[in-house]
Amino acid sequence: MVAMLKGQYGSGIREANSYLGQNYLVVEASLIPEVLQVLRDREQFDYCVDITAAHYPQREKQFDVIWILYSFARNERIRVKTMIAESESVPSSTSIWGTSNWLEREVYDMFGIRFDGHPDLKRILLPDGWKGHPLRKDYGIIQQDQEWVQINLGIESGQ
Amino acid sequence: MTDATKYLSRLELGQPDQTFLDSNELIINMGPQHPATHGVLRVILKLDGEKVLGTECVIGYLHRGVEKIAEHRTYAMFNPYVDRMDYVAAVSNGLGYCEAVEKLMNIQAPPRANYIRVILTELNRLASHMLWLGTHALDIGAITPLFYTFRDREEILKIFEKYCGARLTTHAFRIGGCQYETYEGFETEVKKFLKFVAPKIDEYEELLTTNRIWVKRTRDVGVISAKDCIALGVTGPVLRASGVKWDIRKAQPYAAYSDFDFEIPIGEKGDTYDRYIVRMKEMRQSLRIIEQAVGKIPEGPIMAKIPKVIKPPVGEIYHSIEAPKGELGYFIVSDGSTQPYRLRVRPPSFVNLQALDMMVRGALVADVIAVIGTLDIVLGEVDR
Repeated sequence: MVAMLKGQYGSGIREANSYLGQNYLVVEASLIPEVLQVLRDREQFDYCVDITAAHYPQREKQFDVIWILYSFARNERIRVKTMIAESESVPSSTSIWGTSNWLEREVYDMFGIRFDGHPDLKRILLPDGWKGHPLRKDYGIIQQDQEWVQINLGIESGQ
Repeated sequence: MTDATKYLSRLELGQPDQTFLDSNELIINMGPQHPATHGVLRVILKLDGEKVLGTECVIGYLHRGVEKIAEHRTYAMFNPYVDRMDYVAAVSNGLGYCEAVEKLMNIQAPPRANYIRVILTELNRLASHMLWLGTHALDIGAITPLFYTFRDREEILKIFEKYCGARLTTHAFRIGGCQYETYEGFETEVKKFLKFVAPKIDEYEELLTTNRIWVKRTRDVGVISAKDCIALGVTGPVLRASGVKWDIRKAQPYAAYSDFDFEIPIGEKGDTYDRYIVRMKEMRQSLRIIEQAVGKIPEGPIMAKIPKVIKPPVGEIYHSIEAPKGELGYFIVSDGSTQPYRLRVRPPSFVNLQALDMMVRGALVADVIAVIGTLDIVLGEVDR
């Protein structure tokens, strides 16, 4: 499979490796929708387990976006990873898997990563008017949107 | 303007001067303070008379930022936090987390610890299913099963209490194995419990399985096909009730599950009644697993050799287990320090809840309650 993907996309597949018995692919961000589509249609990864991200503020491309896929037919998991900068967005995979809707909304909520083509990209766990994206590394652990707390909860101190 | 009013103003409401005979779309808010939403779930319903045209879930009322907390705690310190997600199945959460960290460190829990883990996790699955059955039946209008299931669930909680001192948020396992050796008489007590509970499950079934009201309220309600389940990432008993024979305990065995003989019950139609039957059968299978495990707990240590300070090497790992509600996964990124760089929890309830909209479209308002119940969500896990 890896050979086939590499043959098709060349250096777009940055890395195809295995760590502790778990396979992962590192893919160029522009190739993401195609690769995901191929993985589902041709390689039978029909179940999107999870979409998540990680923040590395010291890197130029600050965010890792990670798709965890599973194939019922092969009983196999694979992780697809891409790196993007803060200003960049990722194509949405809602047209490939229905699951992606809420999972992408959560990534947006927690990291502020935008997904192009998502039907209703808005916050899911935090309130709509909240400022900041808590899972970014520059967001403190006790940090809150004090203004929101003052206005909506009527707590003077904002904590 | 709050998000609710914004949402309401977006939809066209009927004009006040129209008579009640005109059919209008109606927006009704359900929750977050509603006894049948199993916590603080808020659902905005769009109705035509009593028919549901669409729903929107508003969640996050119980958000505590578990994933953020993880980045600021050591691996061992974060362990008790996972119990607070799915608080009716805390043991499963702990098992998933401990195994994920063990995998990241490339160590194995000793066989004795694995057997203890299996017994406690399966007991917890029983407790979780019992709580689900009691509350689900109560939502639909049958009060009696609640008393029955809570009475019997108490016996499981007593075993947990004797084992580790806690009833709900157990923190039963540690990274590398178990903290506590089984107490004296643990095996006989578990065996006694198995004898006690098997006829009780028959009792629940006598109350409900052929009960006409129960069958009418659950048959053909909230139907979801296997194809839709997979597309929406729905796992656990809901997926199996739609006919997909998939259970992580069999597909990718963890702990000591490969040692035991058990079946994966499946349904045919994927309606609420099938999901009920699947969970009832699962309870019996859990009894079977416990029965096999408790007779032959191997001797030996209960803790693997792990360093005093847990510092997994740099790398990423995804590990998932079959929690009572579906696939519970942990994705951990380690930077080689004592704290996780990033810890992601893949919660089954959150993903399963997304299927609610598809399952209730075209159904009646009362069926929404039945479907929320049958999805078996815990808001502590949905919101984290």
